[in-house]
Amino acid sequence: MADQAAHGVGGLKYDHSKRQRPAELNVLIALFLIVAVFELLGFLIMDQSFLFDSAGRFDSIFNEQRLQIIILQVAIVGIIALGVTQVIITGGIDLSSGSIVGATAMIAMSFAQVAEVNGFPNPKGVFMEQGWVDLPVIVPIVVGLLCGLVAGGINGLLVGYTKIPPFIATLGMMVSARGVAKWWTEGQPVSFPTESYAAIGAGMNPVIIFLVLAILFHLVMRYTVYGKHTYAIGSNEAAARMSGINVQRHLVLVYTIAGVLAAVAAIVLSSKNLTAQSGMGVMYELDAIAMAVIGGISLQGGRGSIVGTVIGALIFGVIISGFTFLRLDAFYQEMVKGAIIVGAVVLDQYRQRKAAARA
Amino acid sequence: MSDVDISQDGHARPRDTHALGEVILRTEGLTKHYGGVHALEEADFEIRRGEHVAIMGDNGAGKSTFVRQITGVEQRTRGKIWFDGAYVDFEGPLHARHAGIETVFQTLALADHLDVPDNLFLGREKTKWNWLGPFRILDYRAMREDTLKALQKTGVKIPNVRNTIQNMSGGQRQCVAIARTATFHSKLTIMDEPTAALGVQETAQVENIIRTLKDQGEPLILISHNMRQVMDLVDRIVVFRRGRIVANLRKEETDGQDVVAYITGAKTQPAYADAAA
Repeated sequence: MADQAAHGVGGLKYDHSKRQRPAELNVLIALFLIVAVFELLGFLIMDQSFLFDSAGRFDSIFNEQRLQIIILQVAIVGIIALGVTQVIITGGIDLSSGSIVGATAMIAMSFAQVAEVNGFPNPKGVFMEQGWVDLPVIVPIVVGLLCGLVAGGINGLLVGYTKIPPFIATLGMMVSARGVAKWWTEGQPVSFPTESYAAIGAGMNPVIIFLVLAILFHLVMRYTVYGKHTYAIGSNEAAARMSGINVQRHLVLVYTIAGVLAAVAAIVLSSKNLTAQSGMGVMYELDAIAMAVIGGISLQGGRGSIVGTVIGALIFGVIISGFTFLRLDAFYQEMVKGAIIVGAVVLDQYRQRKAAARA
Repeated sequence: MSDVDISQDGHARPRDTHALGEVILRTEGLTKHYGGVHALEEADFEIRRGEHVAIMGDNGAGKSTFVRQITGVEQRTRGKIWFDGAYVDFEGPLHARHAGIETVFQTLALADHLDVPDNLFLGREKTKWNWLGPFRILDYRAMREDTLKALQKTGVKIPNVRNTIQNMSGGQRQCVAIARTATFHSKLTIMDEPTAALGVQETAQVENIIRTLKDQGEPLILISHNMRQVMDLVDRIVVFRRGRIVANLRKEETDGQDVVAYITGAKTQPAYADAAA
């Protein structure tokens, strides 16, 4: 199609000056600003660079170790945030993902245990009597993903078909799934996974899994009917329904995908830690929501992207690393994290109002 | 019988200005009760291919109720509807849309955060790789090209089709909603107060689109309170009063005052005398 002189239709010219900067660009600028602040503080207080290789240890410009830590520590919650992002884009919220991580980690790990530890029977074995030990790695993975599928599916059915607010539906799942995590072994940790299970979350694998899933869902949200309908529902649910989109069924799909992504995070986390505990994933749901919000996902639905969430996750990682770098205590991190979440939403609302005034 | 009565046998009667085709939509005894409220009583209505008909009446006269019955938004209490030569019983608005009835609702059914092609094709996207089910790939290029064609066809002026709806004026939004009906070769378009919230220029633009539809022979039911607009645009005016049709007027044989008399109840056509009782 010819460009129509800046693709105006019917003789109107398109005014490029009125074009909005994409929200992701603003978030990216924020990321660079935060890095710059830590860089500056580094020179003023610590007398060393935050991101760059000032000591010449790595034969490269960057301090690779810090870069790796920044992304590694947010990769697992980042996986959850990919699902939470989709839920928030529909105008919903998912509070259950942290608990789904706990329950899934416990259940999946029990199918990934070895028979013997140092020549003795596995002291933490859950299914020793049944002989379900030393199973191929596919078994705990499938079991884990099924856990996420069921939990997310229940969330979706509740939100889609009972019309209760997503906040309540997923709050119920948050409490119940945590209950499942505790009930599974009556509070006992599940440990000693097989080597192949332990390999899933080893080294930088969580980062690779996070980035591959991020690219996958970026493409899905941008180029498929699923993505378009997810945005449409969040933007105007009545219009989506009138346009023939099966809103209920779509919501079930979105929440199910979010549940499955939480399960992926659970498998990676329990593999990385070589153990599963009933308290795993507490508060992860809020961290995931925070990543999405910092990344420019509107809680009103309809706006935001996976790219934004990934950058939001990186901002998270930079802040945590930065505070460690400045040798500040962890509680300062939390205080600042909270302020940044609120600040991100305030900025976003301001931007929206400005955009609305301009139109 | 009145001279403006339209034959019930389904044959076209020659008209002065436009050659009208066969009946596209006909209702007989269409009735809707909400509990004890008789919102619509025994409506006999007809529209032919290429014909533009206005529905007028006071608030609560039954205009919107009538539209909700023929578009399947609500289920009628009783009565019969024929559309495109077949007896129909729409289960919902989608069903009606699939059959070829496109409705531009008073509250615009647009997704604010999506752009023009996205909205035009919402719920019926052009796709590739359909074996992927819900994850089938959107054919953005084809949808954009069809959008530009549709906008040109209807004469809609939009500076940039890739702009999201939230950045558009009320008139542009209305035009997008109307262009949407024109994109899909609907057999009948229904517009419920399309210019109620628009400024002078924007109203003119919407009216131009309606004229374009007329030139292309697309039938239209227009609900409007704007007498000037109705007199400008349509072939025939059907007046509703307290849930009943009280007049069926050809534009050439009436004027604004006359129509107002029917709307307010000062007059009733002989053919509908029993209705007004």
